[in-house]
Amino acid sequence: MNAPFFKYGLFNDEVSLIVAVLIGIGFGFFLERAGFGNARKLAAQFYFTDMTVLKVMFTAIVTAMLGVYFLSVIGFVDLSLVYLTPTNLLPQVAGGLLLGFGFVIGGYCPGTSCVSAATGRTDGWVFLLGIFVWIFAFGEMFPLLESFYNSTPMGQQTLAQLTGLPYGLLVFAVVVMALGAFAAAEWGEKVMAARKGGKA
Amino acid sequence: MTTHATTSTGTHEPDAVASARTPQPYTNPYLAGIGLGLVLLAAFVIMGRGLGASGAFSTLVSVGVATAAPQHAAGNAFYGAYLATEGNPLKDWLLFEVIGVFAGGFLSGVLAGRIKRTTEKGPRISVRGRLTFAFLGGGMMGFGAKLARGCTSGQALTGGALLNVGSWAFMMCVFAGAYALAYVMRRQWQ
Repeated sequence: MNAPFFKYGLFNDEVSLIVAVLIGIGFGFFLERAGFGNARKLAAQFYFTDMTVLKVMFTAIVTAMLGVYFLSVIGFVDLSLVYLTPTNLLPQVAGGLLLGFGFVIGGYCPGTSCVSAATGRTDGWVFLLGIFVWIFAFGEMFPLLESFYNSTPMGQQTLAQLTGLPYGLLVFAVVVMALGAFAAAEWGEKVMAARKGGKA
Repeated sequence: MTTHATTSTGTHEPDAVASARTPQPYTNPYLAGIGLGLVLLAAFVIMGRGLGASGAFSTLVSVGVATAAPQHAAGNAFYGAYLATEGNPLKDWLLFEVIGVFAGGFLSGVLAGRIKRTTEKGPRISVRGRLTFAFLGGGMMGFGAKLARGCTSGQALTGGALLNVGSWAFMMCVFAGAYALAYVMRRQWQ
C-alpha cells in the first residue's frame, strides 16, 4: 500500500468529502483543546505573557514534518504527490504582514475564528463576517491586483531545493530551532509572570 | 479523557452541575500541538494535501457572487478559480473540512464545558469597540490570506511542515506584523 491514498485511487471524490469532515473535526478539536477559540489567549502571544500559539504551532509543524519525512524516506509516502502551494514571494510577504496586523487587531486567524464562533463567541462570528466581506472585496479588486498577485513567481519550491542542502539536515535544523524557541518561550513566560507578580 | 483526569484529581467532588459550568483548563500546548500535527500528517498521508480554512470562505463568496451575478463572476479570474471544478463547486474538500472544524471545535468545547455566549476582550475596551476591531482584523485576514495564497492553516502549518519556501517567508511576516502592532493594540487585550 502506498500513500497518499487518495492519489493512488483508494477512494473516490465522494468519500474524500467524508474524510474532509473527519479531518476537520480533528483539526477543530485540537484547536479548541489548545485554547485557540479564545482571542485573549491567542493575543497574549504578542505580549509574551502566554506563548501557547508558538508552542502549539511549532509542535504541530515539527510533528507533521518528522512524520512526512520518515514516511517518505522509507518509501511509504510519495512526497511529489503531496500538494505544495507555489511560492510568489512578494505577495506572500505582503499578505503575511497583513495577516499579522489582522491577528493582533482581530484576535483570530480564519481557522481559529471558526472554533471561536462554534463555542459561542460573538467576536468570532464578527471576525468571520469581516473575512467574508474582504474576500469579496479582494475578488472585486482582483483585476487590479492580478499582476502583483502573480509577481515574483518561484514555482513549487522547498527550502531543500532553494538552498541545495539535504532534506534531512533541514528537518534536523527546524527541530533544533523549535526546541530553542520552546526554551525561550518557557523562560519568557517566567520572566513576564515574575514581573507581573512584582507589580501587584 | 481529560474530563476524568481533572475531576478525579481535583479537590471538588465530581459534581454534574459544577463540571458543566466550570470550564476545564486548556490542554498542555505541546500535547495539543502533537494532536494537531498528527491530524495534519493524516491529511498528507490520506489525501496528499494539508489543512486549510480561508479557501473554504473563498468558495462560498465565489458561489454567492455567481448566484447573484453569473456573468460578472464568469469574467473574474479569482471567482473563476473556485467555480471551475466539475459539477457543484460547493462539493469542495476545504469547505467540508471547515464544516468539520466547526463540529470539532464545538465537540471539544462541550466536553470541556467551554461553550459560552460571550465576547473575548481585555478589561479596558467596550464590547462594541472589541467587535469593531474583530471585524477590521477579520477583514485584513481575509484580504491578506488571498494575497498570500493561504492563511495560518494552509500556509504556516501545512507549508511549514513541508518546508515550503513561501510558507516560511509568510510565517515570519505574520509574527513580524503582529508584534509590530502589539503595542498600539495593547488596550484591547491587557
